[in-house]
Parts: sequence; C-alpha cells; structure tokens
Amino acid sequence: MSLKRIDLLICCGSGCVSAGALKIKERFHEVLNEKGISNEINIIETGCMGPCDYGPVMVIYPEGIFYKAVTPEDVSEIVENHFIKGRPVQRLMLHDEEKTFAAQKDVPFYQKQVKVALENCGYIDPESLDEYIATGGYEALGTVLTTMTPQQAIDVIKESGLRGRGGGGFPTHAKWQMVHDAKSDEKYIICNGDEGDPGAFMDRSILEGDPHRILEGMMIAAYAIGATSGFFYIRAEYPLAIKRIKHAIEQAKAMGLMGESVFDSKFSFDAEVRTGAGAFVCGEETALIHSIEGMRGNPSPKPPYPSTSGLWGKPTVVNNVETFANVPSIFVKGAKWFASMGTELSKGTKVFALTGDIRNTGLVEVPMGITLRELIFDVGGGIIGGRKFKAVQLGGPSGGCLTIEHLDVGVDYESLKARGAMMGSGGVIVMNDQNCMVNIAKYFMDFCVDESCGKCSPCRIGLKQMYDILERIVHGYGKIGDIEELQRLGEAVSRLSLCGLGQSAPNPVLSTIRYFRDEYEAHIRDHSCSTKVCLALMHFDIDKDNCIGCSLCARKCPVNCITGSREEKYTIHQLDCVKCGNCQDVCPVKAVNRVPGMHPEEKTKRDTLKKQHPHED
Amino acid sequence: MYKEICKKYSPDKDNLIYILHDIQDTHPQHYISEEAVEVIAEYLGVPANHIYGVITFYSMYSTSPRGRNIIRLCESPPCYIKGSENILRKMKIMLGVETGGTSKDGLFTLELCACLGVCGNAPVMMVNNDVYGDLTEDKVEEIVEKIRRGN
Ligand SMILES: Cc1cc2nc3c(=O)[nH]c(=O)nc-3n(C[C@H](O)[C@H](O)[C@H](O)COP(=O)(O)O)c2cc1C
Ligand code: SF4
Ligand code: SF4
Ligand code: FES
Ligand code: FES
Repeated sequence: MSLKRIDLLICCGSGCVSAGALKIKERFHEVLNEKGISNEINIIETGCMGPCDYGPVMVIYPEGIFYKAVTPEDVSEIVENHFIKGRPVQRLMLHDEEKTFAAQKDVPFYQKQVKVALENCGYIDPESLDEYIATGGYEALGTVLTTMTPQQAIDVIKESGLRGRGGGGFPTHAKWQMVHDAKSDEKYIICNGDEGDPGAFMDRSILEGDPHRILEGMMIAAYAIGATSGFFYIRAEYPLAIKRIKHAIEQAKAMGLMGESVFDSKFSFDAEVRTGAGAFVCGEETALIHSIEGMRGNPSPKPPYPSTSGLWGKPTVVNNVETFANVPSIFVKGAKWFASMGTELSKGTKVFALTGDIRNTGLVEVPMGITLRELIFDVGGGIIGGRKFKAVQLGGPSGGCLTIEHLDVGVDYESLKARGAMMGSGGVIVMNDQNCMVNIAKYFMDFCVDESCGKCSPCRIGLKQMYDILERIVHGYGKIGDIEELQRLGEAVSRLSLCGLGQSAPNPVLSTIRYFRDEYEAHIRDHSCSTKVCLALMHFDIDKDNCIGCSLCARKCPVNCITGSREEKYTIHQLDCVKCGNCQDVCPVKAVNRVPGMHPEEKTKRDTLKKQHPHED
Repeated sequence: MYKEICKKYSPDKDNLIYILHDIQDTHPQHYISEEAVEVIAEYLGVPANHIYGVITFYSMYSTSPRGRNIIRLCESPPCYIKGSENILRKMKIMLGVETGGTSKDGLFTLELCACLGVCGNAPVMMVNNDVYGDLTEDKVEEIVEKIRRGN
C-alpha cells in the first residue's frame, strides 16, 4: 500500500447513507480522477461518526478537519480548495453563534464523550481486517487464549463490573459463570442484535462500524463459557449490519482467527448469522432462541433460563452487541481501568442514541453517571428550534418519561429505575413543549399492542384496553376515573405478563401519569389539549383583527366551512370543520390559529348527542 | 421455481425463515403464495399450518400480492415526533392508497413499520432495501417519482 497525502474518511453509516453519503463518495472518485490526483488521496468508508443529523459527514486527515451536510455539489470545491490549494472549506465546517470548529476533536458534541465500545466506529474501515488489527484488534483474544484459563477470563470480567447493555443490566460475569459451570457436551453463545426499541440504533451502528470488535468479544465469551459455536441474531431491517458481520466472519476465518485451534490454542470456534423477520418480541432472549430454531418467536416462561436450557436445549449465553463491544477493551486496558469509569454499581460507559427534538441527534458514548442535563444539553446541544425542554423518554417501550425536575439525575441503572424510567438499550427520545404527553403515551402503547406476541392474555388484552382508553381520551371522550383505570390495568399487566414486553409495556403510560397528570386531567375534564396536538381537543379560529379578507382559506377548505367577505373578514363554521389545517397553512398573514380546547359549539353538540344516545360512547 | 429456492437451503426446520424471505423477495409481487407454502411444507417435512403460524407471526411476510416496490414508513415515536404523520398523509394522496394498499399501477405498496434504527435522521422510510432519512413532503415526492421513472 502506497502512502497517501490525505486520508478522507467518509461516514457511510446508515444515517449518512440515508442522507446521500454514497453519492458523495462516487462524486469524490470522479472529481479526483478528473484532476488526476486519485493516487494522492485515500478514500475510506467508515461506520457512524456520531452526529447523524449533520450527515453526510466526513473527516479529513492529517488535520482531522470535520465537514458536515456535504452535498455532491460541494465535492469539487473541497477537492479544489482543500486538497489542491490546502485551504479547508470554512462553509462546510460546524459552527455555533461565535465560533467555527475546524477539527473534529474541537466539536462540542465530542467533548464529554469517552469512547470504548465506539472506539473504532467512524475511525476505521469496517470492511478491513487489517485496519482493525492495526488499532490493536484481536490482541485481547490472543492474550486470553494463550495466557488465561476460562475461569481467569471470567474473573477479569467480574473485576471490571461489566453489566449487560441490552437493557436489564445483569452482571455479565454471572451469566458467563453459570454456563461455564454447566455440564454439557455442547454450549452456545448468541449475540443479540435484534434492537427493536424505537429510538435505538447503537447496536446497528457498532455492527456496521466495527464488526470485528463484536466478533472478538463473542469469541472471548465463547472461550470463557466453553462454547464452540455462536450465532448472531440480527433483524432483517439491518441489511448492512448483516452484510458486515458476514464479511467479518469470512475474513476472520481466512486469517485463521476463527475455526480450528485459534492462535494455536485448543479453542475452536465457528459463527453464523441468523436474521429475524420483523417482530420486536424476538429481542427477548427465549423468543430469540425460538426464532433461531425456525419457529414463531414466542417467549417461554423462565425458569428454565437459557443458561441451563437455551438453544436446542443446551446451555446458552445471550449477550447484547454493546456488551460484547466492551469486552476486548477490558482485556487490553485492564479491568481496573474499566471499573474506574462510571458509578459504584454501573461501571464503564454507555452508548446512547439521541433522537427527537434535540439539536445533535445521533450516537454518543459517555461515562455512566453523567447527568441527563449534561447528556441532553452539553453533548446533545439542547433543544432544537429555540423551544423548551419538556420530557425525555429513556429505555424505549420498557422505559419511562422523565421531566425537567430530573435533569440532574445521573444516568445509571439504579437511578433511572428508581424514578420509573430505565436504561433499556440506550434510546433517549427528547421532547420539546410542543409534545402532548397523553398522545406520546398512546403512541408507545400502540407500539406494544402491535408487537405483543399474544401468547398471554394480560399483555394481549390488557394493553389493548389501555390503548382504547388512551384513544378515547385523545378524542375527547375521556371519563372521570380513566386515569385510575389506566393505573389499575397497567399494574395488572406488569404483574401478570409472561415476558419483559408485557411486564414493562405500561411504563410509558404510568410514568406520564406520574409526572404529567395535569395533562391527562385537562384532556378528560376540560376537553383541552394545551399543546394543541390532539385534534379533537383543539379548534381552528380566525383572528378577525389580522384577517385581510383574501379568501385563500375559504378556497382551500375541503368542506367549504369558511365563509365571509373582504369587508366582514372570514369565519369558520366549527361544526363542519374537519380540522385538516389547510386554512392555517395557506393564510398569508397567519390569522388562522390553533386554539386549545374543544370549541363550545362542538361541545354542546356532543352533549346533546350524548343525552339522546346515553349508551353510546 | 419454489422448489429451487428451497434447495438452496438444507432441509432443516430452522431454515424456514430464510426460505420464506427468499421466496418472498424473489416473487415479483413480494408475497408467499399457497402453492409456495405447500412446496416448503413438503421440502422441510413440516405441516403447512406450522408454516402459516410462522408467516403470520412475523410482520415482514405477506400472504397476499403486493406492489413491485414496498415502502415501509416508520411510525415509531421518534419519527412521529419529527413529523412522520405528514409524510404518511402526503404518501397516501400521492399514491392514491390507504395504509397497506397498492397503487393502481402496481408499482408501490405503502406499509407502516416499527423503528428502522435510523432515528437520528427521522422521519425515515425504507423502500425495498434502501433507507431514506430526513424526509420532507417534497423529498418523498422526488423519491417516488425517481423510482417510477426507473421502472
Ligand atoms: C421484549 C423484549 C425485547 C428485547 N429486545 C432486546 C434487544 O433488541 N436487544 C438486546 O440485546 N436485548 C433485548 N432484550 C433483552 C434480552 O432478553 C436479554 O436480556 C439481553 O439480550 C441480554 O444481554 P445482556 O446481558 O448483554 O444485556 C429484550 C427483552 C425483552 C423483554
Ligand atoms: S408478555 Fe406479551 S409479548 Fe410477552 S409473552 Fe406475554 S403476550 Fe407475548
Ligand atoms: S381546518 Fe380545514 S376544514 Fe377546518 S376550516 Fe380550516 S380548511 Fe376548513
Ligand atoms: S451515520 Fe454518519 S454520523 Fe451517524
Ligand atoms: S423511530 Fe423511525 S427509524 Fe427509529
């Protein structure tokens, strides 16, 4: 390989690809060829660099210049000015009100981050085994296989304090120990890459951005527990992750890092990729095992746990992608180093996926115990569009919503649980003051109703009942007592369901009732949605003082319920309005407003109807 | 044809999910027909009702014909917060279909799906195997037009 003058790292993680990164890459090849300098520049496709919302992003070495939101039209300018004349393009750099951040390391987004699981993600070419090895890859596996017994390897993990990153936070060494101790002719190791939580994409990013790391972590685990075969279970929605892992397996095999007697030790190992077909519940470990076996992915009661009777009835360890991603570093840098980060009970770092109304949506890795405020405002850059922070949903459908008063809570397993949220897999959904919490709770409930496998009735029926109540409330048919009914049902479903889906599905509803009860009450009692999200509980109104009588709204109204004239101005006949919002969209002077609360006329009409048909609701 | 696809996999029950994926992907109308189920049942030596049990469990499989391109728009909360509802409304008008429907020209089926894991670029949709992020009403129009012209 000849030495090149410039390394151009283009993020080709799924986020940037969805924003057009591949087109940019093609364009670079074209322009460099045209200029005849393609032999001077190394183009490297990397995994996710983190700030996905700014995609497509790229970093150019030796200086480490960071460019964001690059378009194919920008490519010639970058080549001409930066690569040929040595003048980086200011326009494409990240800046805030005062400063321009030329180098990636100076970008505020990266300041509080500590990268362990993401160490290589966005820095190396995920399809190159050489690059992985150049960063110290497979060193840990070599050390473990040649200098440690399986028990010693487990002890190192124990000392590090590593806990499962898939949601529950179960101590990793304890799980390994159980399978290590189990007597069986065959044992299995499974990597859980199902990642169905809405708002979560850390596992996808690591699988895509640093596949060898996961493979290495898995092999160390396999050695520790005595498994000779492993399975990657990756959801079919992640075709690139599947491709990258398959590729990594082939490379490792060709290199002799996998297969018979790895590193000349007695350890032999083989791995396969299995895919899902669109079922959230398959992330639950017993369901996942059934799915690998080619069946419906229904969870089964525990015990027996997979550690005693897992895949094809054999002792099995199921670990999350990020859990494995931490393992190699622990062996290279030491258990003490790992344990020095984080809090008393939650060691190390955690990868979070920031989404929603936050400025820097994307992938971040921070030490455990960091406060929500630091995570959302320092790393995440705060709320986008000058709005106010309202709530944050942590842990996907099994988690809960926290609010302003929790901003100083440290993010670790126990602190979050104590407040009705959960670490979960690390999805952080940030919401501004324009979000209606009742409606958001309904959305999570909808997700869980869709994804319930239907095996047990509390989950199948109870969640649907909760959904129906929420649906009634947002449509203005809430009844006094609904809140208590939601709480009663939620507690019953949590207590009686078989698997974690049903046990945790009521959390978003229960936590929003806990912290935003007034919003539920306003919906039910006053028929009002203060955020004006729930269409039934708001109405459109034309402000006569602002209206210039242009008639645009009347012409755009699909049901012709706006009348008036230039002199009289325009009025909405509320009873016919279907709340399509067209009038508001077209009004040139913004005279059409959304007003919280059901219009009095509509309320009267409803009450009359109710009196006539008292049994219908 | 179904037989040949089956033969790419060893006749083990745990290959069922891959065979189903393969059959559905190869069919121009992206579905699994009754005939296909019979062929698989014979090949794997499992009863057809087991296969239907699996098909109905996983949301990606369909037993009725669909369009040449499958649009799967994410309806999970992060995408919803970023305005997926408007995208859905726009799509329905543009394609002249309801959710789950196939456009008259047979080119598109519009489906909703759960999080695609690209939420950093919400709202997001997947057309066949390609992911499109940061959707706006104009952008979806452009994407659909482009696929239309390509066909
Ligand atoms: C409904 C449900 C969905 C789950 N989805 C996932 C998932 O997508 N990825 C994951 O790693 N764990 C998921 N889990 C947790 C797994 O069952 C299991 O605890 C985890 O994979 C163990 O790995 P860890 O110890 O490394 O965290 C899910 C659990 C439930 C109940
Ligand atoms: S709790 Fe829900 S998802 Fe879990 S087994 Fe029961 S029905 Fe299925
Ligand atoms: S919201 Fe729609 S239906 Fe109602 S007045 Fe405006 S344009 Fe007419
Ligand atoms: S995918 Fe490029 S920054 Fe995340
Ligand atoms: S929520 Fe839509 S892609 Fe994740």
